[in-house]
Amino acid sequence: MTDATLLSGRGLTLHFGAIPALVDVDVDLWPGEMLAIVGESGSGKTTLLNVLSGRQRPDRGVVWYRDPDDRLHDVHAMPAPALRTLHRSDWGFVHQDPRQNLRMNVSAGGNVGERLMAQGARHYGDIRAAALDWLAQVEIDADRIDDLPRTFSGGMLQRLQIARTLVTHPRLVFMDEPTGGLDVSVQARLLDLIRSLVARLNIAAVLVTHDIAVARLLAHRIAVMQRGRIVETGLTDQVLDDPHHPYTQLLVSSVLNA
Amino acid sequence: MKGYNFAYLDEQTKRMIRRCVLKAVAIPGHQVPFGSREMPLPYGWGTGGIQVTASILGSDDVLKVIDQGADDTTNAVSIRRFFARTAGVRTTTATAEATVIQTRHRIPEKQLREDQIIVYQVPQPEPMFRLEPSRVETRRMHALADYGLMHVKLYEDIARFGQISISYDYPVMVNQRYLMSPSPIPAFDNPKMDRMPALQLFGAGREKRIYAIPPWTQVKSLDFDDHPFRAINAPHPCGLCGATDSYLDEVVTDDHGGRLFVCSDTDHCAERRAAGYVGTDGMKEAAE
Amino acid sequence: MAYVAVKGGETAIDAAHAWLNEERRGDASVPELSVAQIEGQLGRAVDRTMAEGSLYDRELAALAVKQTAGDLIEAIFLLRAYRTTLPRFGYSLPLETASMQIARRISAVFKDLPGGQVLGPTHDYTHRLLDFSLLDPGAAASAPRAEPDRSAMPRVPDILGQEGLMEADGEAAGEPGDLTREPLRFPAERDVRLQALARGDEGFVLGLGYSTQRGYGGTHPFAGEIRMGEVAVEILPPELGFAIDIGDIVLTECQMVNQFKGSKTAPPQFTRGYGLVFGFNERKAMSMALVDRAMRATELGEDVTAPAQNVEFVLYHSDNIEATGFVEHLKLPHYVDFQSELQNVRRMRAEQQRVVERKEAAE
Repeated sequence: MTDATLLSGRGLTLHFGAIPALVDVDVDLWPGEMLAIVGESGSGKTTLLNVLSGRQRPDRGVVWYRDPDDRLHDVHAMPAPALRTLHRSDWGFVHQDPRQNLRMNVSAGGNVGERLMAQGARHYGDIRAAALDWLAQVEIDADRIDDLPRTFSGGMLQRLQIARTLVTHPRLVFMDEPTGGLDVSVQARLLDLIRSLVARLNIAAVLVTHDIAVARLLAHRIAVMQRGRIVETGLTDQVLDDPHHPYTQLLVSSVLNA
Repeated sequence: MKGYNFAYLDEQTKRMIRRCVLKAVAIPGHQVPFGSREMPLPYGWGTGGIQVTASILGSDDVLKVIDQGADDTTNAVSIRRFFARTAGVRTTTATAEATVIQTRHRIPEKQLREDQIIVYQVPQPEPMFRLEPSRVETRRMHALADYGLMHVKLYEDIARFGQISISYDYPVMVNQRYLMSPSPIPAFDNPKMDRMPALQLFGAGREKRIYAIPPWTQVKSLDFDDHPFRAINAPHPCGLCGATDSYLDEVVTDDHGGRLFVCSDTDHCAERRAAGYVGTDGMKEAAE
Repeated sequence: MAYVAVKGGETAIDAAHAWLNEERRGDASVPELSVAQIEGQLGRAVDRTMAEGSLYDRELAALAVKQTAGDLIEAIFLLRAYRTTLPRFGYSLPLETASMQIARRISAVFKDLPGGQVLGPTHDYTHRLLDFSLLDPGAAASAPRAEPDRSAMPRVPDILGQEGLMEADGEAAGEPGDLTREPLRFPAERDVRLQALARGDEGFVLGLGYSTQRGYGGTHPFAGEIRMGEVAVEILPPELGFAIDIGDIVLTECQMVNQFKGSKTAPPQFTRGYGLVFGFNERKAMSMALVDRAMRATELGEDVTAPAQNVEFVLYHSDNIEATGFVEHLKLPHYVDFQSELQNVRRMRAEQQRVVERKEAAE
């Protein structure tokens, strides 16, 4: 790995009233790498994701992002238009509930094409071809392209959200429990899909999950959070096979027992 | 008129509106909030246009008011009378003679000049209101030039109907920056807005917004490269004057399918007929 | 040709106005209503016209009611359009409703309280039976009068406030806004929201207030106090340096007391919803207080889920002059737009037909 991190958080701290959501958190993400943030609900992992992605401002600390031209940006100091542009081009965000991201009254093709159009694509044929290509990549039949998402199953909605997010070939994707709320069989298929897409497109990703199994399957590295702090971090297999922190040990054993 | 200031509004209010107009001219296509006053005509009937007209009108101006392209529709008559009464300005129906033209739903067929101002009555200044009802949100979208949503609407039209199905109030991009509602003019009129020599002012009274297009500004109707913008018109010549390049009203002449197509711009049609042009129905009329 | 008659409105408009005027007057053999009669005998119509017209002038409001044949929204419109032309000489000092000359004052939260409960001229306990004796003109009934109670009548929220159970009223942040001069901006602060509600359509505000009681943004309200009576209006001319009384106006004030469980920063206490309208109109004042409180949801850390809590929705749709104008503008000619839609639909049908034919030819 080189020194050139894609995204770095330093000293990130955020309180909600008296509750510490983040305490002095440092995070690094390298290009093409998937980092899983695991922990119980309330451990601060979703807050960390929101702070890293510029959606929520920390009380203290800074998030650096390196753009394709090798320039560093302080994410929380970026002007709103620049951050918005980043979010619809070089970055992507996959929500646990795809309805938060999808336009439910717009066809599947329109949902996939929107980011292209926001970036200035003005050729209908090209936009439609890109939408068809991406529907195929996420294993949605081409003849569903003009259907509204409300006719889709939960797993299809999540795959459609992924196509909508990846159509602009982002270098960095934030994922918040992307397989949460889905049946186990649907989860497995989706995990395979995410793993192959991320690898093939060399996308870096920050993945928030409470599911250790998901982290083990997808992530290169893992960070374990408890009460707003990262208590342990390292290569996924190392951390999960030989957990040092008692909290990590507890997390791993509870999975084994389950 | 006794008891009222020239052109109804008091001078402070007119100054306030003119300041907003100047700001609007400086930021083409951007909606400037203004302290819209309560007018003696109902909201939705041209209060924005009337306030803008009242603020820019001088005693030597010549005013033309049209609604649906015509000078003699009831609302045009009512507004023209309002200014004749409160400002005592000269009024006209001839497009070429007017210095200020207030309009609802049309742009005159005759090319406007640099020494003319056209004032549009606008019912709904926000071009994206059908897609996003919150004005707080649409303001943010304008600030960030985030217009993907509007293009999605056009994409959906083509996917569903094979073409863009907007026929009036067709959204335009002004000076490559602001998405703008041209007011509910037919899409047929959109090309007239592009690089128009006259100053174009837009007043929305109920929604309390003013916006503007300075002379010679680029105004582009949204489209796709492979589905270019097309103006729609009835495939007929005007039945009275034979014009083939003007926007036509369709008039139902009987209850078994009889139709007459005539120029919506009454001044244009009258001028042509005075110059000797005759359409097929015009001939019948003369023969009767 | 029939077509020509469609246009050419000048004569038609004049004739329509003449007819309207004749309609307003009605049967000429029946004596004409005087403005004084309307002012005196249709007081609630005058009150509503003044409140939503934002102009306190009983005679002008009565004139507007007469001119519009009792169409109150039209009457409000007339009053507003007149008001907007009036020069502004200054602003009154804040009205002191605590020293109101009470005609009615009730509280639903205390059985008795300093100053007592004063029913006043209320419909509340009337049986809604048509009084056929009013078909014939008769002598005015006179009501017995109690000795006016001169003791102090503190406002109920102030009583609760002494114990710290009621939130403070909050300090005004500078000059209050004025929607009749400045366009609405968001976030809209409470001063502007209250002005919009005070001018807002009675029916709309009533419906919204009612919706909060049916679970769409509930606020657990109690009618802390409703009071109606005359309040002195004072101005402070800069050249004098002291306030002078320029007259009395009748107001209805409603203070709703709402349950509040407290938040991170505020202890459990009661919160306020406030209503104030010109004239005697309890229905409007109470509805206004409900909606005012509902719109404070964000400020008090409550979820915004219901229409009455959605400030943008409420403020953009409460004004009946804006609403009636835009709804009724649909009767203006739209034939240019409809024409382009006609061509559009024809073109799309032709396109669809072509696709079908092509498909059939291919099969």
